[in-house]
Amino acid sequence: MTQGPRLLLVAVGVVALGLVPTLAPPFYANLLIPFFAYAIALLGFNLLFGYGGLLSFGHAMYLGLGAYAAAIVAGVLGIRHFELVLLAAAFGAVAVALPIGFLCVRYSGIFFGMLTLAFGMLAHSFLFKFYHLTGGDSGMRVPRMRILGLEFDALNKIELLAGPFYYYCLALMLLAGFALWRIVHSPFGLHLRSLRDNPQKAEYLGVHVPQLRLLAYVISAVYGAIGGAILGFRIGLADPELVHWTHSGHLVFMTVLGGFSNFLGPVVGALTLTLLQDQLQSITQYWRFVLGAMLAAIVIFFPRGLAGIAADAGRRLVRRQQPQVAA
Amino acid sequence: MPLLEAKGVSRHFGEFRALQDVSLAVDENEFVSVVGPNGAGKTTLVNLLTGLLLPSSGQVFFKGQTIGGVGPIALAKRGMARTFQLVQIFPQLTVAETIAAAVVSQQQKQWRLFAALSADAAVFQRVRQIAGIFGLSDRLEHAARMLSQGEKKLLDVASAFALSPEVILLDEPTSGVSTSEKHALMKTLIGAAKAAGVKSVILVEHDMDLVATYSQRIIALAEGKVIADLPPGPFFADPHIIATVVGKRMSTDARHQRS
Repeated sequence: MTQGPRLLLVAVGVVALGLVPTLAPPFYANLLIPFFAYAIALLGFNLLFGYGGLLSFGHAMYLGLGAYAAAIVAGVLGIRHFELVLLAAAFGAVAVALPIGFLCVRYSGIFFGMLTLAFGMLAHSFLFKFYHLTGGDSGMRVPRMRILGLEFDALNKIELLAGPFYYYCLALMLLAGFALWRIVHSPFGLHLRSLRDNPQKAEYLGVHVPQLRLLAYVISAVYGAIGGAILGFRIGLADPELVHWTHSGHLVFMTVLGGFSNFLGPVVGALTLTLLQDQLQSITQYWRFVLGAMLAAIVIFFPRGLAGIAADAGRRLVRRQQPQVAA
Repeated sequence: MPLLEAKGVSRHFGEFRALQDVSLAVDENEFVSVVGPNGAGKTTLVNLLTGLLLPSSGQVFFKGQTIGGVGPIALAKRGMARTFQLVQIFPQLTVAETIAAAVVSQQQKQWRLFAALSADAAVFQRVRQIAGIFGLSDRLEHAARMLSQGEKKLLDVASAFALSPEVILLDEPTSGVSTSEKHALMKTLIGAAKAAGVKSVILVEHDMDLVATYSQRIIALAEGKVIADLPPGPFFADPHIIATVVGKRMSTDARHQRS
């Protein structure tokens, strides 16, 4: 897809998302908060997976880290500013991802996946068992916070989430997306894609393979923690289930559903699954069955995901309009 | 001082002696071929000369500095590049991106996280220059996996040349290329080496016809030892060497071709 139509698509999407709180009941704006959280987390996740070729099965750990950072900074320490929570989540993610990434990026393929899964399980059992520190299975409370220094005390929690916090998350997603767009299209991004395709050849062209993988891992962890902090704010709780390995699987599901070979794929995946899950849950108790069948169908028939289908359709449309230009 | 020099290099793998007391030197502006039957130690020698392996004894010097075991990245930085017998590409990258990956390393820009690569004129000027030398100018936006086998080979070598190396080691560059295209490919490579400012070329090759046509000097290995280090004339005049290196049937072919 060329830049023009893609930018137009993004602009239409942003305007549509911006209109949700004014046009739809608060329920829908509230429903989309997790979408923003997952979109940010998955943009980062896909730097590692789609661009770096490393599939992490333990990335829910960083979403949990973001939520627990919110609980500690705002709840335990009483610093009720969401910006400071985001900062703490980002620094926490760097501090955790550096040593874990250092160990994991020496491996690729299934071994990288299994090692990240193992660390994710360790993190889950730590949160679950150290009751006096983490609250165990009941988690830690995340209190209401100021955003941009504003209290919004006239609004109740639902109104805050469906109003100011909604726009805040939308802006945060755009900012995170823009930063990642720059990273993907930088010299670093090119080297990352080269090592995904052929690490041996890349090394002989002077690509610092382990260092680049580690940097991509740390960036993806920071994105995950920011997403997790948003989730914590919305639910009002840092729950150990955020770190459970099934939640990591959920992240992989959304990325594959949207399409990992497309920059916007993870965003499409996050939006689709958020809306779909809500609809399916109200229709049938077997919604997980439907999601599983969908994932199988996507992997078999549309390995490039929903964004891949859309990109192909767009290309076909352009070609039909300009039959002479086709090279 | 030679550009690249091995002094009394041996390499063992457990009990197996892959190379024994090998000494050789490659000077500036030389085209040297390394030949030998399968199992003679050519691959081990290549891996030692390119700093992938440490010698068990002896030393390898590149521009006067030892390069034993420095690894691929330091090798590229010091000015040596290599290609592999099996063509190595980045399937999903375009031709321009493949060459740009090497140019980014050479211009030390790999840690620029937020810079727009597509707006970097210095990188793409060099990319177009290299692509032009290899006749890939009209393929710049093609994905590497869509190229023909011969073009993939050219791209593989072009990306190595984009590092601006002083020495390039070509490991059987014509393997998998049809007989009729081998000479065309070799001529492109040698022309490109001159145009890109490469000082010396080391060619590892099975095809005696190519070796005879392009080398200034031929080093023959057998059972881990250097058995000949001669210009092509005396080399091909010695039937004993030819028999050892290529076996009886091929040697008569080679002599037939030269007469």
